[in-house]
Amino acid sequence: MLQEPFSVGNSFLHRTDPRFRLVSALLYSIVVAVLYGFFSLIASAVFSLALVRAAGLDGKTVLKRLALVNGFVLLFLLILPLTAGGDIFFSIGFLHIYQPGVVLALQIALKSNAIIMAFIALVSTMNFSTLGHALNSLGLPHKFVFLFILTYRYIFVIEQEYKKIWRSIKIRGFSPKTTLHCYKTYAYMIGMIFVKASARAERVYRAMRCRGFNGSFYTLAEFPSSGKNWLFLFFMLFSTFLIILMELYFYG
Amino acid sequence: MADPSSTDPIIELTGISYSYPKEQPVLKNLDFELRKGERIGLLAPNGSGKTTLFHVIMGLLPVSEGSIRIFGRKIETEKDFVWVRRKIGLLFQDADDQLFSPTVLDDVAFGPLNMGKTKKEALSISRRVLSFLGLSSFEDRITFKLSGGEKKLVSLATVLSMDPEVLLLDEPLNGLDNNTRIKLISVLKTIDVSYIIISHDIDFLLESTDAIYTLNNGRIEKDTTVYVHSHDHAHMMGNVPHQHD
Repeated sequence: MLQEPFSVGNSFLHRTDPRFRLVSALLYSIVVAVLYGFFSLIASAVFSLALVRAAGLDGKTVLKRLALVNGFVLLFLLILPLTAGGDIFFSIGFLHIYQPGVVLALQIALKSNAIIMAFIALVSTMNFSTLGHALNSLGLPHKFVFLFILTYRYIFVIEQEYKKIWRSIKIRGFSPKTTLHCYKTYAYMIGMIFVKASARAERVYRAMRCRGFNGSFYTLAEFPSSGKNWLFLFFMLFSTFLIILMELYFYG
Repeated sequence: MADPSSTDPIIELTGISYSYPKEQPVLKNLDFELRKGERIGLLAPNGSGKTTLFHVIMGLLPVSEGSIRIFGRKIETEKDFVWVRRKIGLLFQDADDQLFSPTVLDDVAFGPLNMGKTKKEALSISRRVLSFLGLSSFEDRITFKLSGGEKKLVSLATVLSMDPEVLLLDEPLNGLDNNTRIKLISVLKTIDVSYIIISHDIDFLLESTDAIYTLNNGRIEKDTTVYVHSHDHAHMMGNVPHQHD
């Protein structure tokens, strides 16, 4: 089941206005994405880690999320040092480990972890609908927000339908094999999910028209303004600025 | 409530025909009338066109022949139907089709907001309807995480929040447990609207409607009067005073 394990909580970050969190997460990650110096990269990774701590999230669940990303990063760590070319760091037999590759791979590893952790702490601590409304009030087009929220709402229904079909396939003794019959069954299943999804979309649209839907979407969400929000934004901008300074001082 | 037969019809269908593409017509030259205060049950086999009839009334399916008058007004264009949808509320068979917002409150407020109510008005309407249905604590619940019965009641709330004068209920009891069922029946008894209910449950129809019609060969048949009668039945311990559900 798709879940939002981080969206429940009562930390300072959870209580901060989602729009402020979104904007600061976005700015921060853009800055981190263009860092090269290891001093500033390590500083930002530590800062992101501190944010995750401040959000009071369950360590195990966070590690699981990070493992997912780092599986991907591992690929870079394995391939880049061998293929990047340039100065040879050291050689093992006929294998050459290139220095620029090692540097690049480490940079990618640090950057991606710092950004993911910041997003876990700042953005995944709000639920999906709040995120949609926050984007809306930041000026994103209605249609986009609408698409966003509907996708979220119906992905669960599609998942349920998938499970239903899968169950009915299983109870009739289906076991996956490398046979034409098996591929045909998978194709039927995927086809059926599409057919059901489009029929569902038609019915949902009808139900919405019955309730006077005319293309525009309204939202009830309101974010009370508070001085703490601005304090948070200032803190985030200041930290981001410090990281830029570090980068300029040690690398630029 | 005025005697239904003395008032002008709210819904008046004459000579309606509808067929799905490349199929035999579902509705054939159908005539139908609903007057203020009437509560009608529609009991007919699967595939006889009951849901189609509802969707025709709401303007979701375009008819090939016939005329539709709602509150005496001739309804032809999509714009006319937009007006109809404010007067008539349709409760869909599957609550998952009706609830699409993340939270219950968002969903219930959707109709009022579309009708041009302000945020504040929409909120107060929604809260009133939810509390009327005993769902006050549901406001912030996530719609897809509700149980089947809860979904059905919230769907009803989303329809009632538009303050309709007529309700079209498409198999409202489908898959409901006994408690939700009792609740729904008591709600139907309390609200002052005319309604048509599609159901296969004859006991439910007898309890909540005044007349039961059927659809046969694409036409509404009113003359199939349903007579209430009782049967003798036997089971063990039958001599001890008892109740049946």
